[in-house]
Amino acid sequence: MQKVVIIGATSAIAEATARLYAARGAQLFLLARNEARLQDIAADLRVRGSQDVSFASLDVNDTERHAGIIEQIWSSLGRVDVLLVAHGTLPNQAQCEASVEVALKEFATNATSTIALLTTMAPRFEAQRAGVMGVISSVAGDRGRQSNYLYGAAKAAVTAFTSGLRQRMAKVGVNVLTIKPGFVDTPMTRDFKKGALWAKPDAIAKGIVRAADRGRNVIYLPWFWLPIMLIIQHIPEFVFKRIKI
Amino acid sequence: MSRVGESWGRYPGADQTVIALTDRHAELPAPTSSMLPYGNGRSYGDSCLNDGGALLHTRHMDRFIRFDAQSGVLECEAGVLFSEILDLVVPQGWFLPVTPGTKFVTVGGAIANDVHGKNHHKAGTFGCHVLEFELLRSDGSRRTCSLRQHPEWFAATIGGLGLTGVVTRATIQLRRVAGPWMSAEVYRFHNLPEFFRLSQESDRDYEYTVAWIDCASRGSALGRGIFTRANHAPSHPDSRPNAPSRRLRVPMTPPMSLINPLSLRAFNALYYHRQRESVSHVTMHYEPHFYPLDGIGDWNRIYGPRGFMQYQCVVPPGVSLDCMETLVKTIAASGEGSFLAVLKQFGDVASPGMLSFPRPGTTLALDFPNRGPATFALLDRLDDIVAAAGGAVYPAKDARMPAKYFKQYFPAWESFSHYIDPKFSSSFWRRVTE
Repeated sequence: MQKVVIIGATSAIAEATARLYAARGAQLFLLARNEARLQDIAADLRVRGSQDVSFASLDVNDTERHAGIIEQIWSSLGRVDVLLVAHGTLPNQAQCEASVEVALKEFATNATSTIALLTTMAPRFEAQRAGVMGVISSVAGDRGRQSNYLYGAAKAAVTAFTSGLRQRMAKVGVNVLTIKPGFVDTPMTRDFKKGALWAKPDAIAKGIVRAADRGRNVIYLPWFWLPIMLIIQHIPEFVFKRIKI
Repeated sequence: MSRVGESWGRYPGADQTVIALTDRHAELPAPTSSMLPYGNGRSYGDSCLNDGGALLHTRHMDRFIRFDAQSGVLECEAGVLFSEILDLVVPQGWFLPVTPGTKFVTVGGAIANDVHGKNHHKAGTFGCHVLEFELLRSDGSRRTCSLRQHPEWFAATIGGLGLTGVVTRATIQLRRVAGPWMSAEVYRFHNLPEFFRLSQESDRDYEYTVAWIDCASRGSALGRGIFTRANHAPSHPDSRPNAPSRRLRVPMTPPMSLINPLSLRAFNALYYHRQRESVSHVTMHYEPHFYPLDGIGDWNRIYGPRGFMQYQCVVPPGVSLDCMETLVKTIAASGEGSFLAVLKQFGDVASPGMLSFPRPGTTLALDFPNRGPATFALLDRLDDIVAAAGGAVYPAKDARMPAKYFKQYFPAWESFSHYIDPKFSSSFWRRVTE
């Protein structure tokens, strides 16, 4: 039976992923801020076939609580086969430009907290010498764009951090998976106009589970973001400065 | 998939704000306009639309709450689809107590329309199997409704077209099955009296009965069709076909309806003659049996940009045969034709809702490409026949019935209207009552 830990478990992608693991009978440990919603999700996952679902409330920015919670996870599960770090916000770029406080807080939520959690958990995975550490980054981290570069910078930090962590953990048989979704139709993106590039959380979740099963390193979800980002990354700066994306 | 804010018939259009509900514990939003719950948009006409107002999109309230595999009692949020329930419960030996011809309806929508299926003569409507639900109103009040608790709200909300408030969660009683297979017998019949005879002799021993009739034929072929009767198969039938895995999809809306008099006659004739014997026995997976059209994604697009209109009526037992003959003749003479004409005998299990559509008699469901005034004129003629016979037309499938007939078909509408949430309304309701 797989043992799965999800941080940011009330997000749409995380919940869709949890359902897939639940259907396999996995044992789940969920973390998020909102305990009432965790309770509803846990009930749902039990009906869907999960052997056991535990949850705890955690504000990821409360880094002092990380060690305690992580201790709780390992003492309750014994080991962790799959970790999914899925928490995050979509900062308002204009507000991040107007306020240092907002910018740093958003960076903390989307990058610093993830770095803290992974740093605390890495020794646990090293000790068990197995497992998948999946982390949701974003295509936005591949290149900073004027429309959301605070978010992009945070995700770039996560991408670079997980890349280094992957090298480190590969030696002990732990797989670090960097997940880069494109546009996903979730409550986080409620106010966006949706076009052909938008994907549903269910589709992203399937991609995550498949990639974790196959020991992949970096995945773009859906796959077509790989060529798109390849092009965007290679646009010369003198052109990039003049375009609006 | 259909777009949020559209109905399945894609007629009429509506301009409305869509507000997603994701948390069943939260209060309702307070838009300045009127509101209407919207599940998965499988109602055909305007009963799921609220032109100029807001739609409360319930599809994302899609969590299961509790399932007891011993008793078959399932509690879930109102946005859960029938397809999701089947995926969960069929492997555990349970099945929906009643299902319409598509599994892509939400539980909330099934309650609001008090849907029925091929087993109506045995099981009644979906509402007959709802043990309880929670009704959330715009004033913040929450009522747990059942036959015992708030029975008046229970009766108003079942078949209440979403107007009494938002159903947040529901508890339903499933029915036992041995496996996913159906054991079916398919008969070709030559005329309507033959259908009535087949139906009558089958209703006792077969849980599911339904017929398709060829609405494009006239003269001696008038009223010919295919009658299917089925039961859930025992645990290990001789053949155990899988669910069809291939998913077809209509990728775009063609510039005009692909359904026209020529294609209709060809399709109907082919369908009628697809089996050579007059009787055949088959074991099949439940999916093609219950949901033949769900295998083709977005099939409603074949009717082109103007959409199509469903028409489903029921006429009382005494006058069924005469009335059906008149209806079929009227359709055939009009040349409008119907791609899928479905005929079924309702049983006499009482529907629990004040505005429930099913009642004893014979029901006929048809779909017509929207060809403008000619189509409307034909439907008006059908209405005259149904109304004169003391029948009724199904609101979930309607986009045009006149107010006078709605009030005649559903005499409880006035007492029902006291249960409507003051902040709720729909395009349908305004059309048939104002």
